[in-house]
Amino acid sequence: MSKTKYSALKVLKEALTGHKGWEPAWRDAEPKAGGYDVIIIGGGGHGLATAYYLAKNHGITNIAVLEKGWIGGGNVGRNTTIIRSNYLLPGNEPFYEMSMQLWENLEQDLNYNAMVSQRGIMNLIHSDAQRDAFMRRGNAMLFADAGCEYLNKKEVKERYPFLDMDNARFPIQGALAQPRGGTVRHDAVAWGYARGASDLGVDIIQNCEVTGFNIENGKCLGVQTTKGDIKAGRVGVCVAGSSSRVMAKAGINLPIESHVLQAFVTEGLKPVMDNVITFGAGHFYCSQSDKGGLVFGGDIDAYNTYAQRGNLPVVEDVCSGGMAIMPMVGRVRLLRMWGGIMDMSMDGSPFIDKTDIQELFFNGGWCYGGFKATPASGYCYAHLLATDEPHEVATAFRLDRFRRGEMIDEKGVGAQPNLH
Amino acid sequence: MIINHPLLGPRDSEEFVYLGSADLINRPTNWESEEAAEDFYQYLYIRENIAGDNRELWYHEQGDQSWLVVTRCTLTHEIKSVELAQDVSRAQGRSK
Repeated sequence: MSKTKYSALKVLKEALTGHKGWEPAWRDAEPKAGGYDVIIIGGGGHGLATAYYLAKNHGITNIAVLEKGWIGGGNVGRNTTIIRSNYLLPGNEPFYEMSMQLWENLEQDLNYNAMVSQRGIMNLIHSDAQRDAFMRRGNAMLFADAGCEYLNKKEVKERYPFLDMDNARFPIQGALAQPRGGTVRHDAVAWGYARGASDLGVDIIQNCEVTGFNIENGKCLGVQTTKGDIKAGRVGVCVAGSSSRVMAKAGINLPIESHVLQAFVTEGLKPVMDNVITFGAGHFYCSQSDKGGLVFGGDIDAYNTYAQRGNLPVVEDVCSGGMAIMPMVGRVRLLRMWGGIMDMSMDGSPFIDKTDIQELFFNGGWCYGGFKATPASGYCYAHLLATDEPHEVATAFRLDRFRRGEMIDEKGVGAQPNLH
Repeated sequence: MIINHPLLGPRDSEEFVYLGSADLINRPTNWESEEAAEDFYQYLYIRENIAGDNRELWYHEQGDQSWLVVTRCTLTHEIKSVELAQDVSRAQGRSK
């Protein structure tokens, strides 16, 4: 598929010939005068994946991906790179398991090294009630063929002796693990999908902000952008984090609030943890990157914001969570911290749906779980855009589900987005 | 963020719990009307989610337990004004 196929042989050949044969991985395009069959708004992971699967699975190649800034500059470049399919509810779990299967074959499919590392993920258990809840979740995962494993206290301690097993408030009693979970090089996901889509004929148009929609008689005919009006047969919005701002231009208010989630990375260490460890009770999760830094995060800041930065109280909260469960992090220096804007939906679950405006589609509401969903989100959104029917694993992600009372509320906290 | 409490003066936002948009004061009053289901759906689930000056409800949990309406810019976190929620509510003709 690719004009330049990447391989060990190619690297060797280029090494011997002065690296003169490398070309840009994807083509930077300008809008076509005649417009497009499909316009995807948002050049993040989900948008680029949608364009790729539209072209690859459905043969639609007259597509533009419009990006306000540069591709991969939003949440696909700001997350903590974790992939997992350890959800509970029937509306969610098959979708995330499909995403996991797509991750497992992503690099072969794209011919691109995304450093998919199935190093495993481990959710710590601190009480009998939490064990019961995780056992139920584990069974839901087994029903969806996601696989899981229960680790008792001794097994957790043998694997990770640095954990504070006898923490006074949250003693570790075991863990629910998903050995197929892990991490992925997040930027490479955007670049890999961009390359795949571009090679199939998709126009990737950067520095092109959508400023409005051309809507006549309830039908979307195209978009207004900083590079002029562009006609489209169909428009797919895919801008999680800015969903409310973009959809407001079409006059649609959403069941979404925007919140900031902060993430952190420490200085590089020698290998200390070969797994993703989550401490849900204190809300701290951590993995070690291939460069050696401990990448970690915690709760959202819990107030509406579009600023891509958080405040210090949450930094303190996340770091104290880390100190509580793995005190060894206290000796490591924090290198960087950043924030990304989350579409927090009213039940903690996403949307992939049509809107009330003909030919205008919506993908968003990913809360802080969007990265792991990237391949399946693109796959299912492409399916909806091409066929008018939701993909069978994404039938529950409807925009009107609150009106019908069919929430997908994993945590059961109701319409309070800062608690999901 | 420092919230300038109308009664207690400047307080750290850590003392507060955030609820959401101040529109949540406007709970539909007539639950028997034809449009009640739609009104409550809009009230409970749909958000304007403003990028800019946002009026929002903060609860002073670790202070005097009052509800405040804070006008805060969601792009910069700058707090523009703080009012007692009961004053806002009464000004709109509600009983409390």
